[in-house]
Amino acid sequence: MIRFTAIRLVEIAAMVVLMSFVIYALIGLMPGDPIDLMMGADPHLNSADLARLKTLYGVDRPLFERYLAWAQAALHGNFGYSRLFAAPVVQTLLPRLGNSLILLGSSFVIGFALSLGLGIAAARRPRTRFDAAVNLACFAGVSMPTFWLALILILIFAQGLGWLPAGGIGGAGNSGFGDWLRHLVLPVATLTIANLGGYTRYVRAAMRDALGQDHIRTARAKGARETRVIWHHALRGALVPIVTILALSFGSLVSGALVTEEMFAYPGMGKLIFDAVMGNDYNLALAALLLATAVTMLANLAADLAYGWLDPRVSYR
Amino acid sequence: MFSTEASGRCWSATSRGERSRRWLMLAVLFLALPAVAASAHDELAIGITQFPATLNPNIDAMAAKNYVLGLALRPFTVFDADWKIVCLLCTELPSFENGRAVVTELAGGKKGVDLTYTIRPDAMWADGVPVTTDDVKLTYEVGRNKESAVANAEMYRQILGVDVKDDKTFTLHWDRLSYDFAAIDDFVLLPAHLERAAFAEPAQYRLRTLYATDPTNPGLYNGPYRISEIASGSYIVLEPNPHWAGPPPYFKRITVRAIENTAALEANLLSHTIDMVAGEVGLPLDEALAFDKRHGSEFNILYKPGLSFEHVDCNLDVPALADRRVREALLVGLDRDTLTKTLFAGHQAVANSFVEPQDAGYTDDVPHYRYDPKRAAQLLEDAGWHTQPDGARANSDGKTLSLELATTAGNRSRELVEQVLQSQWKQIGIDIRIHNEPARVLFGETLLHRRFDLAMYAWISAPENAPRSIFRSDEVPSEANSYAGENLGDYKNPEMDRIIDALEIELDPGKRKVLWAEAQQLYATDLPSLPLYFRSDAFILPKWLTGLRPTGNQAPSTLWVTDWVERQ
Repeated sequence: MIRFTAIRLVEIAAMVVLMSFVIYALIGLMPGDPIDLMMGADPHLNSADLARLKTLYGVDRPLFERYLAWAQAALHGNFGYSRLFAAPVVQTLLPRLGNSLILLGSSFVIGFALSLGLGIAAARRPRTRFDAAVNLACFAGVSMPTFWLALILILIFAQGLGWLPAGGIGGAGNSGFGDWLRHLVLPVATLTIANLGGYTRYVRAAMRDALGQDHIRTARAKGARETRVIWHHALRGALVPIVTILALSFGSLVSGALVTEEMFAYPGMGKLIFDAVMGNDYNLALAALLLATAVTMLANLAADLAYGWLDPRVSYR
Repeated sequence: MFSTEASGRCWSATSRGERSRRWLMLAVLFLALPAVAASAHDELAIGITQFPATLNPNIDAMAAKNYVLGLALRPFTVFDADWKIVCLLCTELPSFENGRAVVTELAGGKKGVDLTYTIRPDAMWADGVPVTTDDVKLTYEVGRNKESAVANAEMYRQILGVDVKDDKTFTLHWDRLSYDFAAIDDFVLLPAHLERAAFAEPAQYRLRTLYATDPTNPGLYNGPYRISEIASGSYIVLEPNPHWAGPPPYFKRITVRAIENTAALEANLLSHTIDMVAGEVGLPLDEALAFDKRHGSEFNILYKPGLSFEHVDCNLDVPALADRRVREALLVGLDRDTLTKTLFAGHQAVANSFVEPQDAGYTDDVPHYRYDPKRAAQLLEDAGWHTQPDGARANSDGKTLSLELATTAGNRSRELVEQVLQSQWKQIGIDIRIHNEPARVLFGETLLHRRFDLAMYAWISAPENAPRSIFRSDEVPSEANSYAGENLGDYKNPEMDRIIDALEIELDPGKRKVLWAEAQQLYATDLPSLPLYFRSDAFILPKWLTGLRPTGNQAPSTLWVTDWVERQ
């Protein structure tokens, strides 16, 4: 297992290096640079200013040369300076990462907990009205566009009832924890509802498979209580495919939820990455995308390791 | 007895009822208290659609930054809502009459000007340090330094030196004498007592400026408000500057919230998460009009035309467009009156030249091209483009009159106008192929390299801003000038060059007006581009707010925030 983990870590490191170049090249190949775009915003800027700023920001140098300079600095822990946010990349990234972890982490935990309950309950009562209702709700959840759901929630709870703020993050002007929490309710609810359908269907399908296994029948025949059969025997087997799905979703914790963030004016990683790519902010885009890549790959490694714990038949070679 | 009993019971019942009512009234009063307290609007939440990248006044140019800094920093001079230059941080505008402007002779017979300004004696940074000429010296040093990342360095290049007379008075020596000599809007002071250390290594200044590393430091601001809290990408909180000596601001706190999605911005407004939407960086006009129809009665919505001149640039290197008759046919084949009335409820006035009607240089004495499809057809016939059986036009070589029209993809308003243009030009036999691109591609690549036939976008200018970069023949972007300049259509007319050169140095307002008129007449005759309209900004304000006056120019309305009060 140690050898397996070491090999996978080396693969992840190689992939991150490769991705860094691919991302850098892709952003570099996009037409236009940030200094050209400044021209439209300031009628007083002239060609001398543009040339000077291009040299200062290094956008007049060849792409590969710029990449090498970035890579060299990154190896020393210096991820550079965000042109868009006029601050060091790490300083720009960390608050957004925190916001995304809170938003997506909350919806992930709530969504997973609810889907576990609903999925197991539906799997225990297949082809009943309850199962059909859960399936219908799941399809509705999966099919509903996030922006539409967000707008509906804003219309009902912010505009109509006036119970919750329509967007932003709370805490402005020392308004406190309660205000911060109130601002979080609608975006978390949107993401939870959007993810709930998918998660529930996975849990239901995995549990249906698990409940049909021989060892479940044996456990029941031995007189094990139903709760023990479900939570101890069946769920453990069902968790293998569920863990795969969760591991793949884990990357989104750091890559953000662009649509939800946009609709609720929530400053998270999704919007940050989008703005960085569109604004040719190489340093910021690279750091954010590489973080998302590394976390996704590490989550997959964690899932692979979890298989061995969940299913003793799995071996690492 | 009965009556006594009755009255006794009645008294007793009244007493219980009275007590219940009292409790009820108390409860209602208690519940209503926050509402009563809230009805006194001592806080203001403003919604904008961008978050400022940096707060350093001299690095980067961004409308959102200007808007926020309008609350917290005072430039020396600015164009006000009447488009007159006024002093904000200085005591008096330099003029030849008051002796603060003196013409100088420079080497080579060139004329310059020395301008003397005095900083307001009561001007203070929000940490209690007075604003002095030390700040002027640092600002000049930063502006002149090539490594400091100041966006508009041209102004600093034109200033040959600064002489300091005392703590408050200084003289700027300019290398030229231009008509707008008194305006130094972009000379926004940096606090020397805080920023000098950050400028120790000029190349690192943009990273080390306190506006980036410690933006809530009160000493960075000298306006009526100071920035007290920032959540990057989300909101900026401003509180009154305790050392502000001007008229006291009304609001105890202003929160500026960045909400990029306009649907979300509207929802925030309707749920009262924000009180108003800024016109300068708010809803596009078509969305504001739709909002006005649905909720106009709940808000005070102001429409202010401004200096964004929406037009269609013609690439004069395209053979068909090199012919003036084709360009005129395109213009008279377009019903711009109906277009602006239908799409923009008449809030965006049809443009006859590139100068906005509020501008001092504006003249109406230019050719007006009204909708006339018959004349358009005749002009095309004269230019050799004849109607084919399928309705299209072709020349004697059999080449169809087909042009590509580009604009910024995703800009709903422009895409709507584009469809109208395509449909109306089709009626006079011109085939239009729409080719839209994201703004970064269109402005950063396609237009700069002049790979277009027709391009619809806006020129953004300042009051009495000479059209050097857009019309002078040496401002055509090319490899030789590193694709700088904004004369994208390759318009070359020596007469226009002469007018622009004369305009920039003409001090007499009367003579300047004549030159402006000549420039507009020449533009309207040559038609290097097709004028559409001047864009308007929509300010969505709460009914209770009064005193906000949109300027229509680049000075944000926030510079006069001390006039904003609750309607009594």
